[in-house]
Amino acid sequence: MRPTADPETGADGRAQRRVLPIRGAGLAIRRAGRVLLDGVDIEIVPGPLTVIMGPNGAGKSLLLRVLATLVPPDAGTVTWAGTTPGRDRAPRLGFVFQKPVMLRRSAIDNVRYALKVAGVPRAERDRRAAEALVEGGLSRLAGSPARVLSGGEQQRLAIVRALATRPEVLLLDEPTANLDPSATLAIETQVRDAHRGGTTVVFVTHDLGQARRLADEVAFVHHGRIAERGPADRFFNAPSSEAARAFIEGRLLP
Amino acid sequence: MQDFGAAFGEAFRLVASLDPDLVEIVGLSLRVSVSAVLAAALIGLPLGAALAVARFPGRGVAMVALNSLMGLPPVVVGLLIYLALSRAGPLGPLGLLYTPWAMILAQMVLVVPIIAAVTRQTVEDLKDEYEEQLRVLGVGTAGMVATLLWDARFSLLTALLAGFGRAIAEVGAVIIVGGNIDHVTRVMTTAIALETSKGDLALALGLGLILLALAIGVNAAVMTLRRTAGHAAYG
Amino acid sequence: MRRLGLTLFTAATLLGSLAAAEAADRFITVQSTTSTQNSGLFEAILPTFTAKTGIEVRVVAVGTGQAIKNAANGDGDVLFVHAKAAEQKFVAEGGGVERFDVMYNDFVIVGPTTDPAQVAGGKDAIAALRAIAAAGAAFASRGDDSGTDKKEKSLWKAAGIDQAKASGGWYRETGSGMGATLNTAVGMDAYALTDRATWIAFKNRGDHAIVVEGDPTLFNQYGVILVSPTRHPHVKAADGQAFVDWLLSDEGQAAINAYQIDGQQLFYANAGT
Repeated sequence: MRPTADPETGADGRAQRRVLPIRGAGLAIRRAGRVLLDGVDIEIVPGPLTVIMGPNGAGKSLLLRVLATLVPPDAGTVTWAGTTPGRDRAPRLGFVFQKPVMLRRSAIDNVRYALKVAGVPRAERDRRAAEALVEGGLSRLAGSPARVLSGGEQQRLAIVRALATRPEVLLLDEPTANLDPSATLAIETQVRDAHRGGTTVVFVTHDLGQARRLADEVAFVHHGRIAERGPADRFFNAPSSEAARAFIEGRLLP
Repeated sequence: MQDFGAAFGEAFRLVASLDPDLVEIVGLSLRVSVSAVLAAALIGLPLGAALAVARFPGRGVAMVALNSLMGLPPVVVGLLIYLALSRAGPLGPLGLLYTPWAMILAQMVLVVPIIAAVTRQTVEDLKDEYEEQLRVLGVGTAGMVATLLWDARFSLLTALLAGFGRAIAEVGAVIIVGGNIDHVTRVMTTAIALETSKGDLALALGLGLILLALAIGVNAAVMTLRRTAGHAAYG
Repeated sequence: MRRLGLTLFTAATLLGSLAAAEAADRFITVQSTTSTQNSGLFEAILPTFTAKTGIEVRVVAVGTGQAIKNAANGDGDVLFVHAKAAEQKFVAEGGGVERFDVMYNDFVIVGPTTDPAQVAGGKDAIAALRAIAAAGAAFASRGDDSGTDKKEKSLWKAAGIDQAKASGGWYRETGSGMGATLNTAVGMDAYALTDRATWIAFKNRGDHAIVVEGDPTLFNQYGVILVSPTRHPHVKAADGQAFVDWLLSDEGQAAINAYQIDGQQLFYANAGT
């Protein structure tokens, strides 16, 4: 079990950028005449494990990137903890991509790198990186070049790396889309453990079963909008929108 | 041409006898060109990486300029350095003309554009892969340049090799700023030029063969390093 | 990081070793011509001077035109070339202290043994050039404003031939040094004017041989000049003067006369004559 992160300092002494709550207001993006995000309002508050769900191309991944300020919106604003995100400090935010980006170095050095960027003192980095690998069940691979790990191991390492800096929130963009069931299970366990440890989680997936297994809250994205948002129970048992109902029942959506 | 056979004979004789003049010339060639490449790397690597990472107005122009400078004739660089280092020039008081320092400077100017251009391409490819991950970790522009350079370091050996190839092979610049002075600034290429002008084509060609062997040796060594060390780090 | 440190250390060591090689003792820089260097004269006589005085002589061998320009820029302590009029002009303009005759050799016209202009065995250079022009036989010229080039141009003028009009035709200007021009002449079966010393030392003669020699107009005088320390205060006047004095001394003159290739004397000392 990971210690709950100190919201002010990330327990590192040096202040990292606070992130929660993340607010997106009126987010719109157009590319080549197509509307990808169409005036999305969304808030990520501390606590729940939120699954952003929807069919392929609905705009889920793009929305996640906009919230992480990786992609600037054409219209609308994103705020972190009530202020405009800047590039001055490392944010207390972890992001896991569908295809894990492994730096060309060993597994443990990948984790050390993230800790260094977050301002963790050198003396502490080795210990924290080793602990993080133990937690993620990857300690026997610590010295292996990250890029020779299997797909599942790479994704687990990416999550370990994202969590090592004790972020307030962990954003995951379809992290299991390319993985087999056993690797998927390992990832889901890892994410659930992190959430129990106090990390707020936003998980993007188009896999209905995965959403059922993980979600406290669901945000259903369709045609670049949030068609429906609410507790997982209500969403799966009594969806209020026609689009969500069709998606849950496995009908094809226009 | 009987010169080919004679050239191999000359090359073999020079190497087998470890001709002291040859050893001196080869040693100076390596010292000058390796120094020039290392100095050029100190400028070219960060410059190329910065061009790959930064987005600013005029970036396209800068890249065209860089790629064009790769084609700069050595003799033009030699003349510019000569004019700068001549006693009548702005840097004349330093007294660097006709010294190995002048040759290093000239070769460095020749090599910087090559290293910078190859670095830009290599780093830009890696940036496409890394950028979002690094940004989400909170890495700034300078940190991104450093990380990309470090992680691309074995690929960047290619940039250094390309630079070394140009430096060790060029004659136009070093013969002007070095003066081809025996035992002081005579390197492989200027010695080849001299023997050619003496009409001793076999000796000139023999020296050329040794130069070629030298280049092959350096390339093979670097490639081996890249493969073994690169595997350890990259997988 | 440790590896980067190692790289920088290696670089520093390399540069350091260069600096050590650079911190040479006493030396002077002599701006001279390809003909003196290619003939091997310097290699033969300089060690004697260095052993006697402890002064190393660094020779930059370029065309006479470029050598004079370099010396005018102050990039040398002594000028040792063969173009008397240009040398006198250099001294008159204040670039040098005083000009002294040192030695001479002579120019010869070389050509293919097929001898298309029928000039072989002649002693009259002017007549030979006229014959070459009349036959339209290929002639390779330095075309680089060197001492040899200046001499050649003056011979064409004396022959009353505007050879420049034929440039690109039978008259071919290589814009290169003596050796490169001889390589070209051999390659295209052309005649060429060369100093005898370079020709004797030249190894790639092919089917070429001397066709005209012994004409008094082919006399090739070398002069030596100390670069003006008034104009260029960094000039090593004392050591440079020592070299000039030695060249003009009995010992230096004897060393020049003693230099031979294949039993042939290349230069004839004539200081003070």
